[in-house]
Order: sequence, then C-alpha cells, then structure tokens
Amino acid sequence: MTKHYELAVIGAGPAGMAAATVAARHGVRVLLLDEQPGPGGQIYRSVNRSPHLSSNILGRDYLRGARLVHELESMRVDYIPDASVWNIDRDRHLSVLMAGRNAQFTADKLIICDGAQERPMPIPGWELPGVMTAGAGQILLKSDAMVPRGGVVLAGTGPLLALLVTQYVRAGIVVTGILDTTPTGNLMRGLRYLPQSLLACEYFFKALQLQHTIRRAGIPVFKDVSSIEAIGQERIESVKFRSSAGHHEIQTELLLLHHGVIPQIHAALAAECDLKWNAAQLCWHVDADRWGRTSITGVFAAGDNRAIGGARVAESQGCISGLKAAHELGHLTSRQFNLAAAPLRLSLTRHLAIRPLIDTLFRPSIDHLLPPDHTIVCRCEEVCAGAIRQIARQGGQGPNQLKAFSRCGMGPCQGRQCGATVGALIADAQGREIDQVGYYRVRPPLKPVTLGQVGSVS
Amino acid sequence: MFKPLTDIASNHIDILIDGETHHVPPDVSVAAALLMSSPRVRTTALSGRPRGPFCMMGVCFDCLVSIDDMPNQRSCMIKVKQGMCIETRCSLVTMDTDFD
Repeated sequence: MTKHYELAVIGAGPAGMAAATVAARHGVRVLLLDEQPGPGGQIYRSVNRSPHLSSNILGRDYLRGARLVHELESMRVDYIPDASVWNIDRDRHLSVLMAGRNAQFTADKLIICDGAQERPMPIPGWELPGVMTAGAGQILLKSDAMVPRGGVVLAGTGPLLALLVTQYVRAGIVVTGILDTTPTGNLMRGLRYLPQSLLACEYFFKALQLQHTIRRAGIPVFKDVSSIEAIGQERIESVKFRSSAGHHEIQTELLLLHHGVIPQIHAALAAECDLKWNAAQLCWHVDADRWGRTSITGVFAAGDNRAIGGARVAESQGCISGLKAAHELGHLTSRQFNLAAAPLRLSLTRHLAIRPLIDTLFRPSIDHLLPPDHTIVCRCEEVCAGAIRQIARQGGQGPNQLKAFSRCGMGPCQGRQCGATVGALIADAQGREIDQVGYYRVRPPLKPVTLGQVGSVS
Repeated sequence: MFKPLTDIASNHIDILIDGETHHVPPDVSVAAALLMSSPRVRTTALSGRPRGPFCMMGVCFDCLVSIDDMPNQRSCMIKVKQGMCIETRCSLVTMDTDFD
C-alpha cells in the first residue's frame, strides 16, 4: 500500500518543522517523517519534554524550538516520529521503517531536511569506550538530563564545544581540561569578515558570554593542540597531546571530541541530487538554488544539509522551501509567494552574514583528517589510515574503488563516520584536491533493515 | 560514567542489563541507561575490541545491543521501558555459519 501526499518532508528539526508548518498553513497535504521520538531535530532536541531541565542550563536559544513545535502541532500535518527513511528515489518514492514495519509513500514534492552530523575527528584510540563526540555529550544533557559522573576532557574547535563547556559549568560538572585545536592563524584570517558580521551582532554577545563563563570557571585551556591520542585497553584511561607548551598526558574516563558539524548528505545522494564541495567549511553539501530546489525536479533541500548555517538559517530556509513547494503545487499565486518570501529572504541574509566569520574562526586544520597510519578511520570495518594510504598510493581511483578494495565505508554506518577522512587521505596521498576525489556512492538501504522488515508492510 | 542530574530514588524504572536489574530514570535512551554503569556496550565482530556509544544520534552504529530479543538495535534511538531486557554481550552477529 503506497500512500500519496502533496508534500513529504524528511526531518523535524528547525528546517523541517518550518517547511511543514508553512506548507500546511497554505493548504498543502503534508507528511513529516522524523527518526527521533519527538520533534526538534538535534538543536532543539526533546524541547517539548525536557521536564528536569531549566533554560538556566541549556540557554534561552533552546526555547525558540518550543515555539516551532507549538506551531507545527497547531497545523494539520501527518507527523510520524520514529520513522527511518531507508530509501528515496528520484521519483520521490520513499521507503520508511516505522515500528519495525515497512511503509511506502510518494509525494509530488519532497523537502529533505536531515541537518548535520559531527565531522569525524579520527585520533588514535577514538574507538575506545569513553571517547565520544561533544554532540553526544549535549544529547545526553538535553534528552536524558545526564552529565559526566567524574571529570571530562573536551578536545577540538567550534562553537558547540564552548557551549557544552558552559552548560556543564552551569550544571556544576568538573571540566578537567579543554584541548583547543583551533589553528592560530584563524583569528587573523577571520578579521576581514568582522564588519559584515555586525549584521548579526547577537552572536557576538553570546560568544563573549560563553568565553566569560569558561574563564571564570578556571578550566585549564591548552592552546594550539595537536597529536591527540586516547590511551587505554578496555576503555579510555588518559589522553596524550601536544600543545604550544609541550607534551601532556591527562587522566580521564571521558573524552569528548568536536571538529564542527558537516551536512548530512546521504538522503539527498539517494535521491541522486548533485553535491557541491564547500572549501570554507571543508565539507560536501547538497547543491540547491535560493528556493532550495536541488538538481532533481521536485526535490528540495533546506537547512544544514545545504552547508552549515545554524538553526535560524535552517528555519528561514525551511519556510522558503515550504512556501516554494506550496507555490509550485498551486496553493499560492506568484504575487502571494513573492510577498511572503521577501521578509524570509531578509532574515536569511542577516543570519548568514555571520557565517564567513564563524567558518574561518573555527575551521579545523586539514591535518586532523590525516591521522597517523595506525588510527582507525572506518570504525565499522576497522580499516586504518595506513591501509587507505597504501591503496591510494597504488592508484586507487577514489572512495568507491577504495571501498571495494578495503571494505572501508561498507559497514552499518555506510561511511558516515569515514567519508570525510577517506576523501582527505586520498587527496593528500595523490596530491589532488578533495573535490576531485569525490565521495562515496550511496545505495539503499540508507539505514540497515532486515529482509523480514523489507517484506513486511504496515 | 554518566549520572542523572537529579536524584532518581523516587522516580525510576527497572530494566534488565545482561540479566541484572538496574534502576534508571524513565524516558531516557537505552544508551544513556547503559552509560550509567559502563561506557562499554559491545565488542566488534572483526577484532573483538570493546566499543561503546559514540554519537548518540543514530549515525555511528557503535551502540548496537540486543533489546527484548531484537539484535543489533541502536540503543541511542530507543527509549527505556519498564522491564526491558537488554543484552550487551552478543551484538553484530558474526559469520560463523559453515557454507560448505
């Protein structure tokens, strides 16, 4: 049984919620699919049911998500949580796993809003239990109201790192150390973007506030950090690294890594949308026009999968794509569409103004994607950097040939944790640019399903 | 390794982890519940090395466990329920079948 909708939206973060709400408001029949148990995406995760968390710990921005959820709930949208989209084709046919059963949908328009994931930060020992991502630490805080029992060390660069430290400090958690990997030249390079960034000055106040909280808490901050290594047998016991002051080793049972976020592109790749390499953000993203239309007719992308812009950009893009879809479906005249889109475009411009500065300030060194030979790159198939370098030097043509030779990227995560590293390693070994090397081809299923589940129909 | 922000003495549910009863907060993910006692939730099928939850958002597939007899479940994507039975010892089925 295939159910048909005018519009299907994948992902219920700020972009997806906004797109579904706006389209429904104009009379479009909307299906909203999300893999999580509640709306909000990662940024506003569990926003409608974080009973034990006050905005004192999470910050005020988090509450903006509550308004988006409220607006979504007031609309007639078929919202299905706990739904894993495991295949999308270019004709907007969706295969979805819901409560262990397989469901099929088609839609006239599709808006993919699957957001971002953390950039892999492959260091020796990152596969050890007790080494996690900073995003994971924040999810445990937002969704589960859980915090580290003992001390915690955070390593990397990016706004999320400072935000999480601040949230931990407010919650009274001991942060043993911050290993700052931000390249020293970033600040100088960022200065030229300062004037245009003043358009969105609230981001500055927020950044200053975060820095102030960290300083006042007296947390040891190590600058210019490199050569990070997690040490341990059954779990992490300590972290070794080099800083501007020399070699260090800190005992810890928890290390949280963060090198910024990168677009989730697997859903768009399944729909055969074109990608674009973003040199400033060091990542691939979905190529789309100003309304979010991708290279595939009827398929839109909105939010962080179209280059990292943050929650407010995602919300505006979601609104714009939702409007455009409604317009193309004939629910709005061109005049109505242009009138409604203009203020959204303005808000988008304002919130995008800060991006060049953020991208430059927190751009990790490409060296962090070129780890020592004994480092596991593909966590699923346990393929090390040395093996990838060897195949690349022997002339392996790109990520797909490398996958066939080494099984790298063939495990259950489907290359989500190794794709970025593999591209950088091949490019480095062969003296090519990453955008020439390309990315993994993505084939169904996007998420593992059993044959029994494929056969079942809900 | 992780602990609830608030005291759960008066508000908790019981789940079974490898046959042992654990008190955990209601409404948390299985991975979060597992992290209350240990960061290690499985060994890999290839090298037998220990692994634990890593991304907590369903991307990395490192937190796979068996939940109520369903193998290879992403424990970060599923909420705990009273009486839930979690097995951490045997996940990601190894290829031990003889094809001769």
